[in-house]
Amino acid sequence: MHKLWASTYKEFLLVTRDIGGLAVLFLMPLLLVIVITTIQDNSFKSIKETKLPILLVDMDKGKVSEDILKSLADSKLFQVDMAATDEEAKQQVLKGDYQLAIVIPEDLSSQLDIKINENVDGILAKFSDGEESIPEVKSKMEPKEVKLYFDPATQQSFKSSVRSNIDKMISKIETETIYKAFQAQLTDDPSEAIFETEKFITFTEIVPSKYKEALIPNSTQHNIPAWTLFAIFFIILPLAINMVKEKNQGTFVRLRTNPVSYATVLGGKTIVFLGVSLVQFALMLAVGIFLFPLIGLPKLDVSGRLTLLFVVAFFAGLAAVGLGLLLGTIAKTQEQSAPFGATFVVILAAIGGVWVPVFAMPKFMQVLSNLSPMNWGLSAFYDVFLRNATFIELVPEISLLLAFFVVTTLIAIIYNERKNAV
Amino acid sequence: MIQINKLSKKYKGADDFSVCDLDLAIDEGEIFGLLGPNGAGKTTLISMLSSLLKPTSGHFTIDGLNYKEHKNQLKQLIGIVPQEYALYPSLTAYENLMYFGSMYGLKGQSLKNDINAHLETMGLSKFAHKKIKSFSGGMKRRINLISSILHKPKVLFLDEPTVGVDVQSKNVIMAYLKELNTLGTTIIYTSHHLNEAEQFCTRVGIIDHGTLVCIGKPKELIAQEENAEHLEEVFLAKTGKALRDHA
Repeated sequence: MHKLWASTYKEFLLVTRDIGGLAVLFLMPLLLVIVITTIQDNSFKSIKETKLPILLVDMDKGKVSEDILKSLADSKLFQVDMAATDEEAKQQVLKGDYQLAIVIPEDLSSQLDIKINENVDGILAKFSDGEESIPEVKSKMEPKEVKLYFDPATQQSFKSSVRSNIDKMISKIETETIYKAFQAQLTDDPSEAIFETEKFITFTEIVPSKYKEALIPNSTQHNIPAWTLFAIFFIILPLAINMVKEKNQGTFVRLRTNPVSYATVLGGKTIVFLGVSLVQFALMLAVGIFLFPLIGLPKLDVSGRLTLLFVVAFFAGLAAVGLGLLLGTIAKTQEQSAPFGATFVVILAAIGGVWVPVFAMPKFMQVLSNLSPMNWGLSAFYDVFLRNATFIELVPEISLLLAFFVVTTLIAIIYNERKNAV
Repeated sequence: MIQINKLSKKYKGADDFSVCDLDLAIDEGEIFGLLGPNGAGKTTLISMLSSLLKPTSGHFTIDGLNYKEHKNQLKQLIGIVPQEYALYPSLTAYENLMYFGSMYGLKGQSLKNDINAHLETMGLSKFAHKKIKSFSGGMKRRINLISSILHKPKVLFLDEPTVGVDVQSKNVIMAYLKELNTLGTTIIYTSHHLNEAEQFCTRVGIIDHGTLVCIGKPKELIAQEENAEHLEEVFLAKTGKALRDHA
């Protein structure tokens, strides 16, 4: 026990003497979470608050293009500029001046009217019981195409969203035109409302909650757990470097000649670096609670969850330390440990669902993500933050994190024993 | 004190043995100099005796303890002063010594008193709370030595303990080792400073290509070698003048 205490104290001194390293360890994760949350929060707001400039080529000059223009204006998402020709719009989008151009084809309104009127006439004739004959000749019209030009740099998700909005807009116009055509056929009084054109089906967003008050997750609630976990796992870098330095300094060789077990040496490192990860976590929480509201970001709500959050952070920290111990044991140089450690953490974060939710990943990656300790940690954090989980409900995830620590540390000890067997 | 029987070591992928069927007995209270050119097998032999390397074959005992069965007792019995400064640069001399002393189970006021006494003898008291990274090579060598003797080992292995140090530091180190020896510590020492070995050692063994080529008291070896006045001439006669560069 005395040797473990001495090892812990030595590690504490080594960590606290490296002020630069300590600053990187504590400040960089804070900077990371502030930057990411600000970007995500602002990009979410900017979609709502700032208008995206788009080009519209109106070759129709009719009711439909008028309605599209009105809908675009009503959506408050776009600032619509006009272009004269299809080619001009295409060139401007290609140059990157606009992310999107919409080209409404010639005679869209008139031909849509004709098409709908013919269809309505046909339907009504079917029900007229011989009073009206079914029109035999239908006009032959090619389907009309609304062209959308996208800047090649536009992200797929944005394209899909715009395409779906334009599609909805056009469907609404078509539906209204159909209603109007029926109205015109069925009554001579334009003020008589035969059809109710208000939406019958609407959507309400509800977040399931065990309690009366549902917590609507905001960008902070999502970002703090994800990026805190990312930061906690980055601890493998200083830890592995610390161990590689010991090998290069010769202190590791001296320790091997001392009557002290490798487990004791690793124990000291575990205690100190686990402490570091918990301080990191506390700082991240403090930033979410106190700093975020001051800089206009949503406040982190930890009410009633603090203990469980620290429980998850403790086990996530253990898992990260275990990985660091293994990497530090195997790596011979800093050139091996640093790039490998950094890349490996990014990979673990990616498959763990820090950037892209696991459900949105390909099937194979979803299976793989079950093996990422960051995924277990993230699930546990979300369980506490967003699903009001109890300790018992966290047991499966924290057990996996603990098992990961035990397995990686055991491998490190066995590897060291075999490599240095005497 | 040390009994080595047919001890051999061949590294993985190496063509030759670094230490080959070596037999050697070192008595209690001796200062034994292990001399040899680069790559002769000195460090390999010391590494095996200090539990850092596994012998390929053969065996040895220290104070009657077999390395295979009494690994931890052996570690408590011996002290190793490695070639490199095996110290934490960002810790002070005192913190380094406290830590390495603790690894031998030493603690409390007695450890602190011992550290202070050693620092005083080595002329380092006023630097006790300075970080190692600010120390000169000679100062680091002295701390390196203290780190290995805090637990009062019966046997002390020193791998070139005076490399890169000034004459003053060397004198302090050698005088201190002599004092330790008079207090009963058996010393096994490797060096390329043959004059130093001649003065310091009670007995020397010259090792080359992993085998002992001669062994005896320095004066006897000099007397036995024709036209030799110093140990260096004996050394060159036994190991040749060819360069021993290896990579």
